[in-house]
Amino acid sequence: MTEGTATTAGARAHARAQERAAEQPPLPEGVELDNVTWAETVAGGGYAHAVLAPGTLVELTDLDGDACAAVLVYNALETHERLNVADTVKVQWQVYTSEGQVLLSDQGRALATVVADSSGRHDSFYGVSTRDRNERRYGDGSPQGPSPAGRELLKLAAAKHGLGPRDLPPALTFFQGVRITPEGTPQWRGSAGAGTSIRFRAEMPLIVLIANTAHPRDPRENFACGRLQIVSWRTGTEVDLEKDADPERRRAYRNTTDYLRARGLR
Amino acid sequence: MIVRDEIVAPRAPWSAILEKGQGLTIVDLDGNQAVDFLAYGYPSGDAYSAQTTLQEQDSVYLTTGSVLRTSESAPLLTITATDVARHDTLGGACSKESNTLRYGHHTFGQHACAENFLMEFAKYGMGKRDQVSNVNWFMNVPVDPDGALGIVDGISAPGLSVSMRAETRTLVVVSNCPQINNPCNGFDPSRARMIIHDRA
Repeated sequence: MTEGTATTAGARAHARAQERAAEQPPLPEGVELDNVTWAETVAGGGYAHAVLAPGTLVELTDLDGDACAAVLVYNALETHERLNVADTVKVQWQVYTSEGQVLLSDQGRALATVVADSSGRHDSFYGVSTRDRNERRYGDGSPQGPSPAGRELLKLAAAKHGLGPRDLPPALTFFQGVRITPEGTPQWRGSAGAGTSIRFRAEMPLIVLIANTAHPRDPRENFACGRLQIVSWRTGTEVDLEKDADPERRRAYRNTTDYLRARGLR
Repeated sequence: MIVRDEIVAPRAPWSAILEKGQGLTIVDLDGNQAVDFLAYGYPSGDAYSAQTTLQEQDSVYLTTGSVLRTSESAPLLTITATDVARHDTLGGACSKESNTLRYGHHTFGQHACAENFLMEFAKYGMGKRDQVSNVNWFMNVPVDPDGALGIVDGISAPGLSVSMRAETRTLVVVSNCPQINNPCNGFDPSRARMIIHDRA
């Protein structure tokens, strides 16, 4: 290290000396490290993305009580099939996310199922902020600036899977809640506090894109967003999806099963 | 001055490119006919976004003064007048696929808005990736205090209309909703009239 970075040998030694063990988020109870497929702590203003096999469980945790996870999911085999928020709320006759909600695609199939939720503060109306909106509100919306816009972060996440801005439909947002009055006015509810989680199961091969940045309707004057922890793992257990499901979800699971069988995945 | 004045048949698609400053009036000729509607910057293709539109106003419904925005928050259209108190942008369009979920697989063969949109998109070199959550003019979709949302009986009537002004060159694509399993058009698809004025 004495020769510094003035030479290639010095620069190489300097670069190699920087290695550290990656921080490993704690695993949920009963989860074996060998089954983990995705473990990441996303800073406020960061993004994440992954490809997941059907049956994978994903747990998102609001570490500091101020995460805001905007989520998009795609059929990894045919990415023009993707989350359809309008169908998700309309078909299930419910705008608020809770355990049992199915994330529906535009092709009438279940992409994922919410299997546990200790937050209850979620939003299907507002999606992600734009660069324009964050520039107006905070003075900057660039993806590597001090107040990144959710859409800019999702553009980067999408690009890693060959997807472009046209491939970013409305999103679901977890950990910052909004309720709607009978008059149609939004009421901000914010976070449920540090340590709450939402867990969902992939029902199809998925591409998951997540932007963790301030909610577009966050009323605070200054940009704020906390850390988001992500852990996913394969379970190897088959679930009888259609049992006890509402008729709309039962038919969505049936459509998904038919697709997976046709694809040779079931 | 009127630039175009056309009747869209029941169940049919329609589209037009509005120049900046032009006005579009949609008339619910026969009453309670959901007119499914998407808009795009032209020729950029930047799509309407229900979510960025709602971010900039304090209601989840569309009414006079609402600005329809792209996914980048840029204004496309401003609602300048409406005879109907509010319009929907939460419920999206019907499709053959979602019909199987809402009504059962026996409805898969019926007409649906997604088919109209896809066919109309093809005229402009656009496709399935461009279909996002849309506006439903004249459609009544309340959100109950417990979060229940549904398409219920309409609040429009024969001859009522909504008008908007183009804030930039805008492609508008319409599906005159063919749905026959819910009250979005009184279970009876009917006509819509589209009038383009050279100045809003």
